[in-house]
Amino acid sequence: MIVFLLKRLGQAVIVMFVISLVAFAVKDNLGDPLQEMLGQSVSEQEREALRQTLGLHDPFFIQYFGFVGNALQGDLGTSYFFKEPTLDVILKKLPATLDLVLGASLVIILLSVPLGVFAAIYPDSLVSRLLMGLSIIGISIPVFLTAIFAIYLFAVELNWMPAFGRGETAAIIGDWQSGFLTKDGLLHLVLPCLTLASIMLPLFIRLIRAEMLEVLQADYIKFAQAKGLRPARIWFLHALKNTMLPVITLGGVQLGTMVAYTMLTETVFQWPGMGFLFLEAVHRSDTPLIVAYLMVVGLIFIIINTAVDLVYGLINPTVNVGRELK
Amino acid sequence: MKIKNWMMVIACCSGLFFNLQAAELKMAYDADPLSLDPHEQLSAGTLQLSHLLFDPLIRWKKDYSFEPRLAESWQWVNDKALRFHLRKEVKFHSGNPLTAEDVRWTFDRLKKSPDFKGVFAAIGIVQVIDNHTVDLITSQVYPLLLNSATYLFVMDSRFYQGQDAQSRSKAALIKGGNTFASTHASGSGPFVVSYREQGIRLEFQRFSEYWDRHSPGNVTKIILTPIKEDPTRVAALLAGDIDFISPVPPADHRRIRKNNRIDLITMSGTRIITLQLNQQRQPAFKDQRVRQAIVHAINNQGIVKKIMKGFGLAAGQQSPPGYVGHHPSLTPRYDLKKAKNLMQAAGLDKGLQVTMMAPNNRYVNDEKIAQAVVSMLAKINIRVALKTMPKAQYWPEFDKRAADIMMIGWHSDTEDSANFTEFLTACPDSVTGWGQYNSGHYCNPEVDQLVRLAGVESDSQKRAKLLQQVEQILYDEAAFVPLHWQNLAWAAVKNVKISPILNVMNFPFLGDLVIE
Repeated sequence: MIVFLLKRLGQAVIVMFVISLVAFAVKDNLGDPLQEMLGQSVSEQEREALRQTLGLHDPFFIQYFGFVGNALQGDLGTSYFFKEPTLDVILKKLPATLDLVLGASLVIILLSVPLGVFAAIYPDSLVSRLLMGLSIIGISIPVFLTAIFAIYLFAVELNWMPAFGRGETAAIIGDWQSGFLTKDGLLHLVLPCLTLASIMLPLFIRLIRAEMLEVLQADYIKFAQAKGLRPARIWFLHALKNTMLPVITLGGVQLGTMVAYTMLTETVFQWPGMGFLFLEAVHRSDTPLIVAYLMVVGLIFIIINTAVDLVYGLINPTVNVGRELK
Repeated sequence: MKIKNWMMVIACCSGLFFNLQAAELKMAYDADPLSLDPHEQLSAGTLQLSHLLFDPLIRWKKDYSFEPRLAESWQWVNDKALRFHLRKEVKFHSGNPLTAEDVRWTFDRLKKSPDFKGVFAAIGIVQVIDNHTVDLITSQVYPLLLNSATYLFVMDSRFYQGQDAQSRSKAALIKGGNTFASTHASGSGPFVVSYREQGIRLEFQRFSEYWDRHSPGNVTKIILTPIKEDPTRVAALLAGDIDFISPVPPADHRRIRKNNRIDLITMSGTRIITLQLNQQRQPAFKDQRVRQAIVHAINNQGIVKKIMKGFGLAAGQQSPPGYVGHHPSLTPRYDLKKAKNLMQAAGLDKGLQVTMMAPNNRYVNDEKIAQAVVSMLAKINIRVALKTMPKAQYWPEFDKRAADIMMIGWHSDTEDSANFTEFLTACPDSVTGWGQYNSGHYCNPEVDQLVRLAGVESDSQKRAKLLQQVEQILYDEAAFVPLHWQNLAWAAVKNVKISPILNVMNFPFLGDLVIE
């Protein structure tokens, strides 16, 4: 276990190094940060002076080593737009994104398990067919269209939900603000969470259905049926357990992807999270912030994957993460 | 004593009256201001904010005339000195009174601002005459002195004195730097920032001791939320979450007009959208006939009608109507037959292959306009290889002059015609900075000379003549391709009376806003 974690740490360092190198290599092609910082009629001399101050003329490796040196001390640079350390800016937006991911995950878990199981038990019923049909549509509609459609239907036409933003939030600990604690915050969470869930939900329903169908064919299920166990007990205790193993693996990976998918959802809903921050930074050519975001998200991916591997080992005793790697 | 008591009663009653109609405004722009420092960036966002937190000496009225603000009157002392008489009893948010010294201090700081120093270049010094009188003195006759004074938002010099907790100078002005002034402000404007989370929310409270007691404004609190996505901003207004939005995307105008709860206000704007024809990259563009052919081949009225959905005014020159240099007879000149003849006369009837670049997220419908231009030029056998890209990538390409045809829009910071030529159509000169955005390399010394003369001409009629002459030459020589002036649009729920406070400079005077 400790060996596994150490190996993972080693991998993490390499991955972070590669990400930083790639992020740094593309940053000069993301546009000229000065265009967003200066007014239109500023003279070329003034522009040149600012470029010098910002160190934009330094050769690639001098800029890169300067960055790595600072990064090792926890300093990922200062945002041109926010004028604060990039890490602070990103961490401030993290709670909003986590609210969204948590909400969407809850929607996915609470809906996909019963629906998937149902579709597996009654594969030929009209409801199951309808579910499968809808899930195809769900997968194929881009998330920003879902978002705009949801806003126009539920906010503009029906006026049930607010159209944008996070609404009122309350503190969990310290500066950690969450929308789950207030009524207004919860209302604001509904549409963005459903939108974000709309990409993954069909996928999970289909996955659970397929896995469950397979498990239901297994000998031990047939034996349980022959023994005369109640169907509910067979489905939810014996069959579901084995169904969930691949679902958890995929779920873990998808959780990471979801952090990335938040970009579009957050942008359309003006949700003040990390994904929105990143797209804005790209528009403004705020290169220090872009590089820092890529590093942070890379780190989140690594942490989630490690955690999933560990959890997997806990649920499935036949898998030993430590041994597997040898 | 008795009088004092009565005054108290009156004060209380008027306060009560005020409270009865006090109103809160929820508004959304597409972005929030970069900084609270009014001198950090010369942009619409900064100027809009400056009109809330600060006050200029004078400000523009809708008809391009001037309205007294902190200066209650002004007069010319001689042809190089303009005297401003400041209002007495103006207080800054910190409680400090406004004095002539604050004006001088603000001016000195402006001279150090990379963005603003250009606007104030002609003004040599600000001389304090007495506590409430200052002179703006120029080294030579400068006709745009009053225009510049609209940018002089007076800062509270004593508030920005000394050092802050991190022992940084409070007056420091650093582009993109984390300075005291970028997060703290004390001006004399109608509003005070009460909460700011950059990129998310900006809240203002009305300044209780605002000097302008005659202002009809009854907004006591403003919540400004930046909403970047057009559909979301419009949806927030339609859903009733927001009372006032700007800009309003042209695609949604019909939908908003149909809504009887909401007012849409559009104005013919002053930002000219143009194409520049690079004579150094593409030798064929040296031939005036080819340039004329291109101008005649592009149906810019059609572009305004079909692509802009009427959200613009087709242009034949740089200066919009209302500017001194606007020449009424220089109108759009679409004429395909003439264009073909001109190409033939230039010996290019077989055709020409050129490159073109345009941004795709800078101007309204910029990419679609560029595509329309490509198909219009195909009709006179000019084959255009078009590349469009986001503005962040586009401007470095523009600086490199990377294509034969490039798109650029321009708004004159001085609201004056000369500014267009100085930046877009003057001979490029790295010493004077003229022609900085002239990617066409069009150069006619006569044009430069006329603009220089206009720069020291105090007789406004003579000056208008000079600048109109400039437009005429640019028109005759097809120095560039004028497309249109982009419109401006705002929308608000009906009880928010935005119409009187809007202007073509796009500085809504929210201090005077009335909500019923």
